[in-house]
Amino acid sequence: MARTSVHIAALIAASVAFACHAGAEELLPYNIAGDGIAESLTGAPGDAARGRALVLARTTTCILCHSGPFPETRFQGDLAPDLSGAGNRWTVSQLRLRLIDAARFNPETIMPSYYRNGHLVRVGRNFAGKPILSAAEIEDIVAFLATLRD
Amino acid sequence: MSFWRAIAVAALLATGPALLAGEIPPDARRSGYSFMGPDTRAMQDDDSSNPGMLFVLDGEALWTKRTGSADKACADCHGDARGSMKGVAARYPAFDKALARPVTLDQRINLCRSNHQQATPLPYESRDLLALSAFVAHQSRGIAITAGDDPQLKPFVEQGRDLFMQREGQLNLACTNCHDDNFNKRLAGAPITQGQPTGYPLYRLEWQTLGSLERRLRSCMTGVRAQAYDFGAPELVALELYLMSRAHGLTMETPAVRP
Ligand code: HEC
Ligand code: HEC
Repeated sequence: MARTSVHIAALIAASVAFACHAGAEELLPYNIAGDGIAESLTGAPGDAARGRALVLARTTTCILCHSGPFPETRFQGDLAPDLSGAGNRWTVSQLRLRLIDAARFNPETIMPSYYRNGHLVRVGRNFAGKPILSAAEIEDIVAFLATLRD
Repeated sequence: MSFWRAIAVAALLATGPALLAGEIPPDARRSGYSFMGPDTRAMQDDDSSNPGMLFVLDGEALWTKRTGSADKACADCHGDARGSMKGVAARYPAFDKALARPVTLDQRINLCRSNHQQATPLPYESRDLLALSAFVAHQSRGIAITAGDDPQLKPFVEQGRDLFMQREGQLNLACTNCHDDNFNKRLAGAPITQGQPTGYPLYRLEWQTLGSLERRLRSCMTGVRAQAYDFGAPELVALELYLMSRAHGLTMETPAVRP
């Protein structure tokens, strides 16, 4: 009897560990202080040039909704504010939290939370359990947005 | 967005509970046609340049072709489609008594095939099914949409509305976020319309072929990185029904052309 329940407990523990592994990708922890996140997610500063390329890439999705100082592309959205001057309007800390979880600022916002993997409905097979962007990508984009000063 | 909201709220107060907040009032509903450029409109307007008309012609040939072990053609039961099929597509999806749920025009065509022609069902998005569907729906061109009026459909229309309002996918967006709140705006430079289902099956230049409404809905779902429902799934049928009831009074355009 005792042996079986130990066995079952071990099995459950194993399957939980497996589920965590297969289901949601581990997100790096962060601390929200005030209306922002002061420390880099990765512990290292992002690369603004890589950030610019990411913002312009359609698969990153930013310019589906936003426009910005990107003369090389006509494919910009107007569902959201122009990103020009974002570095004047927001601190690095605020930009980081905005990207990670815009819904914290406005629960009704259409802007996706880019670093989150729970509380979503019917996520496509190829995207399930993953945040939209990696921590390093978030840092690159934050570094780029901070350079957008008019 | 707040402009339409304000109108919707005003309409709600004036006309009672028919319209929910955020929904587009009847006199502000516009087909995707009105969002298109002059070239694409001209292509739809002129039957000799509308590529969808090739499918309609194929459908007309299939209408009179005997098939299945019953060796019957659609025309053997329904006669001349110009009379018998007039207005039918404007009422679909419609309630099927035997199945006790709504069925789409594609599903009705396949039910006729299996029940009356003893033929195998045509696969979704196959050329023959699109052609038959386009031919039948073409008989409703210019007729006002009334789908969803049947009281038996009420729970299914509501299910469809809930799905329309439900955020989904990795991008966490609902149909309503784009098609009620942000039509007239541009997504990566392309105009967002009200998502009205008036012209299906239709020819999309991006697809280089005719496609069904379900194909379009599945690509919007994939766009928000959601798991798209399978063709014919009850959820897709409910969404289709809600879209048609939301388009109440708009006229059918099949076969429409879209960018
Ligand atoms: C589906 C639409 C959508 C997408 C995609 C989107 N945003 Fe936004 N974003 C918004 C909206 C709408 C706002 C306005 C405030 C709000 O509603 O949260 C906003 C606000 C912002 C702001 C603050 C703007 C200001 O200066 O007031 C920044 C910065 C921003 N977004 C950056 C990004 C970046 C970077 C990406 C891509 C990684 C992105 N957004 C993707 C819709 C979007
Ligand atoms: C992120 C924005 C977005 C979301 C969310 C979205 N769509 Fe779309 N939808 C589009 C765009 C862009 C098009 C192509 C241009 C157009 O017709 O609006 C489109 C096209 C359509 C059309 C074709 C309209 C026509 O004239 O042929 C329908 C119908 C439609 N969507 C319904 C839906 C439904 C139902 C959902 C939810 C399951 C949905 N959409 C979610 C952006 C979106």
